[in-house]
Amino acid sequence: MNFRAIRTIYLHEMSRFFRTIWQSLASPVLSTVLYFVVFGAAIGGRIQSVEGVAYGAFIVPGLMMLTILQQSVSNASFGIFFPKFSGTVYEFLVAPTGWIEVTAGFVGAAASKAILIAAVILLTSFFFVGVHIAHPLWMLGFLVLTSVSFSLLGFILGLWAKNFEQLQIVPMMVITPLVFLGGAFYSASMLPPFWEGVARLNPVLYLISGFRWSFFDIADVPVKVSLVAVGIMLLICLGLIRWIFATGWRLRE
Amino acid sequence: MPSIIEIDHLTKRYDSGTHALDDVTLDIREGEILALLGPNGAGKTTLISIICGQVRSTGGTVRVGGHDIASDWRAARKLIGLVPQEIALEPFEKVIDCVRFTRGLYGCPPDEAYVEELLRSLALWDKRDARTRELSGGMKRRVLIAKALSHRPKVLFLDEPTAGVDVALRREMWEVVGRLRESGVTIILTTHYLEEAEQMADRVGVINRGKLLLVKPKAELMGEFSRKHLRIELSEPLAALPGPLAGQGITLSGDGRHLGFDYDISAERTGIARLLSQLAEQGIAVRDLETKQSSLEEVFMSLVEDER
Repeated sequence: MNFRAIRTIYLHEMSRFFRTIWQSLASPVLSTVLYFVVFGAAIGGRIQSVEGVAYGAFIVPGLMMLTILQQSVSNASFGIFFPKFSGTVYEFLVAPTGWIEVTAGFVGAAASKAILIAAVILLTSFFFVGVHIAHPLWMLGFLVLTSVSFSLLGFILGLWAKNFEQLQIVPMMVITPLVFLGGAFYSASMLPPFWEGVARLNPVLYLISGFRWSFFDIADVPVKVSLVAVGIMLLICLGLIRWIFATGWRLRE
Repeated sequence: MPSIIEIDHLTKRYDSGTHALDDVTLDIREGEILALLGPNGAGKTTLISIICGQVRSTGGTVRVGGHDIASDWRAARKLIGLVPQEIALEPFEKVIDCVRFTRGLYGCPPDEAYVEELLRSLALWDKRDARTRELSGGMKRRVLIAKALSHRPKVLFLDEPTAGVDVALRREMWEVVGRLRESGVTIILTTHYLEEAEQMADRVGVINRGKLLLVKPKAELMGEFSRKHLRIELSEPLAALPGPLAGQGITLSGDGRHLGFDYDISAERTGIARLLSQLAEQGIAVRDLETKQSSLEEVFMSLVEDER
């Protein structure tokens, strides 16, 4: 295993993040503040509580999840797409680095950036609502697992994309709707039975539910089911990446 | 000299059925400069790409420094540096960071003294903090060379190093390669500029349609295949070629002052003596004689024509 290569890719990707630190952080923080103003103060004022939790606090895990999913996917996809675009991807193919090192470097950096931004959002939320975290270690565990899984998904997206349009379309057309329909701002139990059944087909529901459980001890689905859902996604993504590197699909073309 | 790269019956067939490489066997010796010559699509880049790990072969083996590129790929790749044909650099990256990054990818610990030495040797030290997008084409190519040498490889592949560059830049690249040869790095370069192979290579390999037609020391190759051109300046201009001289491949210049004659220097009879005696018989006085060695380009064309 070429650990120095992992470290090199990781630090290279993180340096890009820190070069534009204010843009990287300002945008998600501003969005979060707007969500709190609109959903927390304006609309949330008319909703007393959801399953015993003040609405403003209830949406915090959902907002964090929304950011983690979007940031993980976009960071990882852009991270590997840019070398493809500039032609420097050949370096990863000719260096003594295997798929594990390349993936660990890019995905590790993408997940780290997403976690950093999620932490800033959590800190921001303390200014608006009182948030109590019931299971801090589980919260951290879900944060890491989810950001890694979706960074892997983003990495696949970056390998697949042939242009910037394709790079944008999946986060915009798939990830954001899944998060909004996955209970970021409501509990699945608030839906009519039919739509609750439909919502349970959404894999993001399991992530948000598990994450919300770590905050408030309440969940739409059992926490073990959430963990298994994230685990399955992680394994599928790893398998796909291994296949892409083994066959060279969209990488050696 | 011992072999640094051993290529044995290497084959590459694409799904489309195209035979990019057809049973190529070649030994590359440590410290030499080998030029692989061939027209576009001959298989030069495919051969390099397989050795470097970018493309997988469909048959045969390659060993670099004794390490098989398939089973012992990490050790093999550590010995190789690649300068690709296209300029591929991250535009917003600083020159020095580009070199450090590649060094890290190869698993080498930071060595600022070596990076400085490398950048100085390629006249890039003053530009170390410049973003690569700010550099000229020649500097970008030198950055690619610096990256390829960042982990001190034993073998350097230069894929069409002067494709599409102007004459001044081409000569600059030749100087860089000359200095690298002195440092003991084995260099394999592909080119379709025959002048380049003539200038730099110790040995020349000719490849066409995926087949390695031959590999020979440059001088031997030119000696074996080369032809010479005899140019005869006449004392008095001729209106037309006299009858006895016709049909022997002798040409008369437009102004009637020069005769031209191509001959094979390896032939037992070159035909020069007969030509001169025929001129004397016809009473044609010769003012001066000039011979010109044919270029590698003509040698190459003759090989490729034979293949057709």
